[in-house]
Amino acid sequence: MAEYSALSLLKNALTGNRNWKPAWRKPEPKPGYDVIIIGGGGHGLATAYYLAKEHGVANVAVLEKGWLGSGNIGRNTTIVRSNYLLPESVRFYDFSVKLWENLSHELNYNVMFSQRGILNLAHSPSQADDYIRRGNAMLHGGGDGVWLTRDEIARKVPGVDLSRSARFPVIGGLLQPRAGTARHDAVAWGYARAADRRGVDIVENCAVTGFLREGEKIVGVTTTRGEIRARKVAVAVAGSTSHLMAMAGIDRFPIESHVLQAFVTEAIKPYVDCVVTFGGGHLYMSQSDKGGLVFGGDLDGYNSYAQRGNLPLVEEVMGEMVAMFPAVARLRLLRSWGGVMDMSMDGSPIITKGPLPGMYLNCGWCYGGFKATPASGFSFAWTIAKDEPHVINAPFTLSRFERGAILDEKGQGPTPKLH
Amino acid sequence: MLIPCPHCGPRDVSEFSYQGDATRTRPDPASTDVKAWHDYVYNRSNPAGRHSEYWQHAGGCRTHLLVTRDTLTHEIQAVAFARAALNEGAGKP
Repeated sequence: MAEYSALSLLKNALTGNRNWKPAWRKPEPKPGYDVIIIGGGGHGLATAYYLAKEHGVANVAVLEKGWLGSGNIGRNTTIVRSNYLLPESVRFYDFSVKLWENLSHELNYNVMFSQRGILNLAHSPSQADDYIRRGNAMLHGGGDGVWLTRDEIARKVPGVDLSRSARFPVIGGLLQPRAGTARHDAVAWGYARAADRRGVDIVENCAVTGFLREGEKIVGVTTTRGEIRARKVAVAVAGSTSHLMAMAGIDRFPIESHVLQAFVTEAIKPYVDCVVTFGGGHLYMSQSDKGGLVFGGDLDGYNSYAQRGNLPLVEEVMGEMVAMFPAVARLRLLRSWGGVMDMSMDGSPIITKGPLPGMYLNCGWCYGGFKATPASGFSFAWTIAKDEPHVINAPFTLSRFERGAILDEKGQGPTPKLH
Repeated sequence: MLIPCPHCGPRDVSEFSYQGDATRTRPDPASTDVKAWHDYVYNRSNPAGRHSEYWQHAGGCRTHLLVTRDTLTHEIQAVAFARAALNEGAGKP
């Protein structure tokens, strides 16, 4: 399989780029594997890669119902950050940022991780107190965070409306310098290629239709491409989690699927060189390398598997965007799209063995799954290989709801539309 | 998305407040059964397809509604007053 290097670029340029090999094979599924991973998104592919690399488990199939990268890995707003409050979250997401920092090198694939920083704007003294508290929690957990005054924000992000008469005047902001953005498709392709090279079969257009069982134990799956058996079956299907669980006979689960919309404008010259979030509502925005402003806001707020949303939310997000950056008011919107989010009951993920024997589960990413991709894959692979959690995912159990050990960053309670 | 409110007629979704899965049943308040409370508080029916859900017409007549909606298409299949539907035992699994 092709190594990517300056030399290979040159060699292929001289031969008219006719000799590049496909980045991953298109194998027929075998009758059996050691591990089946359902879901060929970022988390599933990362899990396959770390299973092969860290644990020597390469007899693995990743089953993807569509084509690779067609789900949330290609629909997010590409933000990577670890600006959390709870120690469990800081530990997990900061571990992820550390993996991101070496990911292009590790995969021999440029994921374009750009540590441009994320700035959370604060608009009231109590919000400032809250953000500073969170910044201190980040520092305490080994991460990074800096408080910026209004004047410092004026120098760093000249486009922000800092006028005293703004509806939500900016009084400061929390900056995490190590946060940033990455090229989302490249993350899927990079993990796919690296996993494939270690022997993992990536099977696209292969939808799971049911589970094979021996008694209670899950021993494989039925798919649109036949029966496939495995010693261990791992589920990493984000918004389709409840759907898959229903196939396994579990029809009530602590997940709601919600639609989240995202937007990109026409390309403009360099305007913003960090990720900026609006604290007067809920909006996050960055500028892509192509020049488009990429942004999103809240969920639409009702259960949906439709991958498209409605107009009231579009209007709200545009309103917030213009409140924060008045200069973009006349930019045209290039595209908008929706993805299906697996909203958990406390806003934190679930990475665990179970809930049935032979099954492993990775879900509940709400709308923060992209940044977690490396740490999620790393800790899920660990859990599958060793039948026990890694220290970073140990708190993210399914049983925490029953035990009252919830991990609710904002104290919203079991109201998934608010996480 | 328009929700046809039985009082007010078809109204924009932004007038409504979403209250989610209508198949949950609150245990007897005197119950100390942890499993039953856990199921009520944290577990949801989350089908890809027909979904029974509560909405309140908060920006209108303020009535609570039991809506049947397809989560794959957003098509609204039925709307009823939540109280009347509950009295008839609808919305239960």
